Amino acid sequence: MNVSDLAPFDQAIAEFDPVMGIEVHVELNTRTKMFCSCVTAFGAPPNSQVCPVCLGLPGAMPAVNHQAVASAIRLGLALNCRIAERCTFARKNYFYPDVSKDYQISQYEDPIDRDGFLDVELADGTVFRVAIERAHMEEDAAKNTHVGSASGRIQGADYSLVDYNRGGVPLIEIVTKPIEGAGARAGEVARAYVAAIRELVIALGISDARMDQGSLRADVNLSLRPRVADPVAQSAVPFGKRSETKNVNSLRAIEKSVRHEIRRQAALLAAGLPVTQETRHWHEDSESTSPGRSKEQAEDYRYFPEPDLLPIEPSRAWVEELRLTLPELPAARRSRLQAEWGFTDLEMRDAVNAGALDLIGASVVAGASPAGARKWWMGELARTANERGVELAQLPVAPADIASLERLIASGRISDKLARQVLEGVLAGEGPPEDVVAARGLAVVSDDAVLLAAIDQALAAQPDVAQKIRDGKVAAAGAIVGAVMKATRGQADAARVRELILKQLG
Amino acid sequence: MSATDLTRLNAAEMATLLASREISSVELTRAHLARITQVDGIVHAFLQTLPEVALREAQTADADRAAGEQLPTLAGVPIAVKDVLATKGLRTTCGSRILENWVPAYDATVVRKLREARLPVLGKTNMDEFAMGSSTEHSAYGPTLNPWDTKRVPGGSGGGSAAAVGAFEAPLALGSDTGGSIRQPAALTGTVGVKPTYGGVSRYGLVAMASSLDQVGPCARTVLDAALLHEVIGGHDPKDQTSLDAPVPPVVAAARQGLSGDVRGLRVGVVAELGGRGYQRGVLDRFEEALASLEGLGMSVREVSCPSFKFALPAYYLIMPSEASSNLARFDAMRYGIRVAPAEGPVTVETVMAATRAAGFGDEVKRRIMLGTYALSAGYYDAYYGSAQKVRTLVQRDFENAWEDVDVLISPTTPTTAFPLGDKLDDPLAMYIQDVATIPVNLAGIPGISVPGGLAEDGLPVGVQILAPARADAYLYQVGGALEAALHEKWGGPLLDQAPALETTTQEGGAL
Repeated sequence: MNVSDLAPFDQAIAEFDPVMGIEVHVELNTRTKMFCSCVTAFGAPPNSQVCPVCLGLPGAMPAVNHQAVASAIRLGLALNCRIAERCTFARKNYFYPDVSKDYQISQYEDPIDRDGFLDVELADGTVFRVAIERAHMEEDAAKNTHVGSASGRIQGADYSLVDYNRGGVPLIEIVTKPIEGAGARAGEVARAYVAAIRELVIALGISDARMDQGSLRADVNLSLRPRVADPVAQSAVPFGKRSETKNVNSLRAIEKSVRHEIRRQAALLAAGLPVTQETRHWHEDSESTSPGRSKEQAEDYRYFPEPDLLPIEPSRAWVEELRLTLPELPAARRSRLQAEWGFTDLEMRDAVNAGALDLIGASVVAGASPAGARKWWMGELARTANERGVELAQLPVAPADIASLERLIASGRISDKLARQVLEGVLAGEGPPEDVVAARGLAVVSDDAVLLAAIDQALAAQPDVAQKIRDGKVAAAGAIVGAVMKATRGQADAARVRELILKQLG
Repeated sequence: MSATDLTRLNAAEMATLLASREISSVELTRAHLARITQVDGIVHAFLQTLPEVALREAQTADADRAAGEQLPTLAGVPIAVKDVLATKGLRTTCGSRILENWVPAYDATVVRKLREARLPVLGKTNMDEFAMGSSTEHSAYGPTLNPWDTKRVPGGSGGGSAAAVGAFEAPLALGSDTGGSIRQPAALTGTVGVKPTYGGVSRYGLVAMASSLDQVGPCARTVLDAALLHEVIGGHDPKDQTSLDAPVPPVVAAARQGLSGDVRGLRVGVVAELGGRGYQRGVLDRFEEALASLEGLGMSVREVSCPSFKFALPAYYLIMPSEASSNLARFDAMRYGIRVAPAEGPVTVETVMAATRAAGFGDEVKRRIMLGTYALSAGYYDAYYGSAQKVRTLVQRDFENAWEDVDVLISPTTPTTAFPLGDKLDDPLAMYIQDVATIPVNLAGIPGISVPGGLAEDGLPVGVQILAPARADAYLYQVGGALEAALHEKWGGPLLDQAPALETTTQEGGAL
């Protein structure tokens, strides 16, 4: 059978139960590196942010970055972990040019954070609890650039360049316990979990969490086991051989790569072929994975305690001090806002899924009503963003504009209908709503004399309608209102026009 | 004073004469450079001499002193530095072919402290490759010879530093001691060597062999000189997180107190396991006499037992190679050092790394890397590295028990006097046994000193080792000073006065 064959997804899920384990590497945004005082800024010229320590020069020794330890503890607290009273660093030994000492300083037997969980909300509101095995501190490797091969991979390259600027940048690796029971929603769960971690570290202010720059990277381990009907019996079925998918650089790709691996492994198993325990690389272009290094011949990293560093022993007082610095965490913030704004569950979820939460929040702070802000961001603006293929936040509209728009409506200067034209102007770059109203001359005609003249004209033009109104058929006034609106090019307040018509015809 | 007379002075005497401006640092430095030129062609204590660098430092020290500046005690006294310490802008080889071209971009903390204390650095001294050995025969640049008998080894790994001091090429030197590399050469050359408490001196810039055992320390001809140097290099260093955050113990005051004979009331313990079978007769005789001297000064003597010491050597030969295998991984031809292309086959990162390490490392280094790699391997870790760490704890406990009854422990530094060149090269275990009495000290992290105890029946120096609890380095100097004073009185002068004169040569020697 062709290894590129994939089983249909539904069939794969009907026959097999997927189990995942997710490792997320978060690059911390500390000013300096994990074990030296080199700065960590992204994008500097290659090898300009290096010193004897991060270059691993003979005799140089590491010194722990206190700030990075604080970040690791705060993350652990936010993930409901136990914070170790004593933890150590270990050396992970392997020969490769991207680790300057030919070992990476990491944590092995006793990580700083252990046994936590993160509740992850899926698009339909289902909450899925992901158990966290551990989170540990380590140093990032340098960046290799392979030159001369078409794919930028080492195979076929003429030579490779190593940039040690990234070498030694503090990392936290967060490892889940096996994620079971996600079934057909495995991809969705994986994506939502990584998104939740991303949201969390941003809220904590400990990482930029830019997947495109590699400051947040996720590797998904996935295996399949035969499906059985009873969920209790299901969890007793031993795990299958797993693959680990790397190079997944977006949330969307995480979901896709999980679905792909389920289909690929299912096809192998259905054909009676074994799944190879290996690392696989995700290819965004072809939306498929290819094998990397096989874990069967995995290196022996010869871990042992790092003798150059003392154990870390965070005092309980310090941990409690750090707990007080935790910001409102994303899930708690969402419940609070939902209550404050009076949104339904569905409205809230839609706003979250559309990435509109912060924009609505900022609009409310700027003076808009929650309902009004939601209406504009989730309606007109969401449509525009969709048409333009951009994120809501990328539209040239500020939350303050929405508040202004609402103020203009409330004051009666523009109608709801005119407001849409105003927004169009703002989106077209014509400036804030006030400027658009002025420039386009869109203010509502609020001079009764002007309106009465137009009403008289319309009544004269449609005497039969006028008679119907006089006979008490108030609904007929709509035709006159329409005529007046047409005559004023939509700049009249329809309700006021109706009022005046009825008054006129007594 | 003639140039020869100058080099025979102790560092403390040199410091006094410099302070009173009776001699200049330039004079003193020139005298030592001349001595090096005379004898190092034979002794080969130096891998590299630095006449310009040393004389420039000497000149500025003299100028500042002439201008009335108050300089540190040892300012202007020249010193030699073991080639395992990084020296900015000056080649640092660690006695290895693989680093024959390495010029560090930074100074080791102890080297920086030497510069701040204004000691001119005469040169870098020879050593067993990466400090692995007990004879300095494992240097890639040829052995150092013992000034007492040039057919014999000076000990190792710091044979260069000990021989330089013993041959009056330098009054002071820095060494490093992982299992005895300062104390054993001191014993074999009739000089003084100290391994401070682990963490007492910064390791930043010391090219690591076994990080949990390595410690930088002083080499000198007298206990007081060693103490003066200890004070310069000791103290906390934020760049070495294993360094103790505590002031340097009052070692100079302790040495002076000891030299005045004041050790009354101190209790000394004799380690039953360090002596007897396997120890040379003359070594044991001198040891007994040293003990009697201390007893004569009012110290109480009792025997203590350290039953776990018999496992110390095997445990050391698991822990040390394990750490060394990891510490030496970085010599991979990617960033510095030599780079060797494979003789055949494809040229890849892996093959270049392998070819470079095959060509750049000597046999002893390879042996220890292989031992350590094996000991750390999955499936063997618990049996080897894990068990060795347990023994380490037991050794520490033996010392803890001993400190309940005594203030210092005493033993011969080595089982034998200096052995002939080539004698143990083909028998690694025979070489390793040399350090049987020094190794437990490193495993426990406590301080130890070796002071000359006299000459054995073969006319070669014997070392007496004194040990103290962690952070109690001052005891070493107090008891060591007292022993030195008593023995000097008995001998009518320092032991080195009895050393044969070295044949001198006028050829340029030492430099690579």
